[in-house]
Amino acid sequence: MSILVYVENTDGKFKKSAFEVVSYANAIAEQSGTEVIALSIGNVEESQLSVLGKYGASKVLNVNTEQLKSFVNQAYAAIIVDAAKSSSASIVVLSNSFSGKGLAPRVAAKLEAGLADGAIELPTVNGETLQVKTGAFSGKAFAYVALTSAVKVIAVNPNSFEVKEAEGTVTIEPYSPSIDTSDFSTIVKDIIRATDKISLPEAEIVVSAGRGLKGPENWGMIEELAHVLGAATACSKPVSDAGWRPHSEHVGQTGIAVSPNLYIAIGISGAIQHLAGVSASKTIVVINKDPEAPFFKVADYGIVGDAFDVIPKLITALKAYKGI
Amino acid sequence: MKILVCISNVPDTTSKITFTNDNTAFNNAGVQYIVNPYDEIALSKAIDLAEGGKGTVTVITVGDSSTEATIRKALATGADNAIRVNALPRDAWFVANQIAHYAKDNSFDLILTGRESIDYNGTQVGSLVATILNIPSVSISKKLDIDGNSATVEREIEGGKEVLTLNLPAVIGTAEGVAETKIPNMRGIMTARTKPLDVIEPIEVAQLSHIVKFETPAPRGAVTLVDAGDVEKLVSLLHEKAKVI
Repeated sequence: MSILVYVENTDGKFKKSAFEVVSYANAIAEQSGTEVIALSIGNVEESQLSVLGKYGASKVLNVNTEQLKSFVNQAYAAIIVDAAKSSSASIVVLSNSFSGKGLAPRVAAKLEAGLADGAIELPTVNGETLQVKTGAFSGKAFAYVALTSAVKVIAVNPNSFEVKEAEGTVTIEPYSPSIDTSDFSTIVKDIIRATDKISLPEAEIVVSAGRGLKGPENWGMIEELAHVLGAATACSKPVSDAGWRPHSEHVGQTGIAVSPNLYIAIGISGAIQHLAGVSASKTIVVINKDPEAPFFKVADYGIVGDAFDVIPKLITALKAYKGI
Repeated sequence: MKILVCISNVPDTTSKITFTNDNTAFNNAGVQYIVNPYDEIALSKAIDLAEGGKGTVTVITVGDSSTEATIRKALATGADNAIRVNALPRDAWFVANQIAHYAKDNSFDLILTGRESIDYNGTQVGSLVATILNIPSVSISKKLDIDGNSATVEREIEGGKEVLTLNLPAVIGTAEGVAETKIPNMRGIMTARTKPLDVIEPIEVAQLSHIVKFETPAPRGAVTLVDAGDVEKLVSLLHEKAKVI
């Protein structure tokens, strides 16, 4: 018996979510007395692979072939399933990232495993059943999902489980799974990364703005504030619908749900659909000139004031605080 | 081109979410149901692709007769016909098996789903259907072009996007950017009543998961207001009290 964890990398470097899922799996393993086996697919250097031991992996299976350099969900799912079977895994853990959302159901279907996607806490064990807390109704509620199948798959929401160091040693093994050529029917033609931007779902701080900004030409101060804080930028639905900002920045019930440590909402009134996507944020700051804006009801800190007056002052104050 | 669009019947986005039976069941009282907003994007894309006699659009949902108002709305929007699998959805595996079972017998070129449903926020059904049918899938697409037997898809990734090509048949999960959402017009509403809506019985599927209970988030404490002229105080609160910077 073991817990298999799929660890994602970007261009050969592990993402924070990789350490989150290993920490998550290790916490389950400590409860149940099993071992954590990490599976890495792609060209990750051996020195990086061994870092996974710091978070509780006792073994790392390393799949590293040119063919698998890019993410192909059918092939990657087939490898995860192969590794889960060969290591007799009873639980498979992945990140509920953009790639994980496509992978986890494929893995679950092939293993005929129940899947809890969007896990936000460690599972509780009740005999052969695992109970997992997940987000539901776009952050307006939580659902406790019981997984009753022999093998269980859990996809953990980014930023919802703390990275924790653990003791132990790790071994690294090259792994050569058998893959069907039909699993490579999807071809990656191009990858376009905005290198200067922080990924929104994984960001620890998010600076978000709405119609109160009056037009796309005023986003410079939002980007500057985000830059000073090391934050990702986001927006409300009307803003992306108007084409002021790309859809990929739209946060809310029909956009991206975020759970950063700090969410700063500027010029956003706080429609129920927007609040749904941000309610998992640990601390919410609202800046709005309308003291009746519904967002103030869910905010931890608020400033009633005009964004065009407050934001430049806030940037100056943060620069002074950070000494930049 | 034959296109199957999977639609989910979900509470309106403005619904207040409450539960009954000791927090084990969703409280339907006073809740309006709608086509899942992401599925509307899938449906709109399918209608665009089939326009001008280039294809047909079938919508499928798994649900009891109460979902028929939502299905009729999809027909009014422009779908040609509809299938209702007569069962309450138990979990994503159950729903996906019903859809895959129907799709297998009716050889669709393209199956579209929304990227997720706004009720249980599952992103599972599309990829599960694809795996059961052993065809490719993309779970979150932001752009979709079809050329003959091939699809070009832009997929969202952390901090960017990826351009993929895949052969049909395939299952694609759609998000904003794929199509402008269509609204039913009067002619659509009138013709929707006469379009075929077939009800089929579910197949047996092993239950792999179930929801034990629900919980609503704890209310947040009262907001601490900071004077607009004293932003330094906000900075110190975020550093010293909230410890987030």
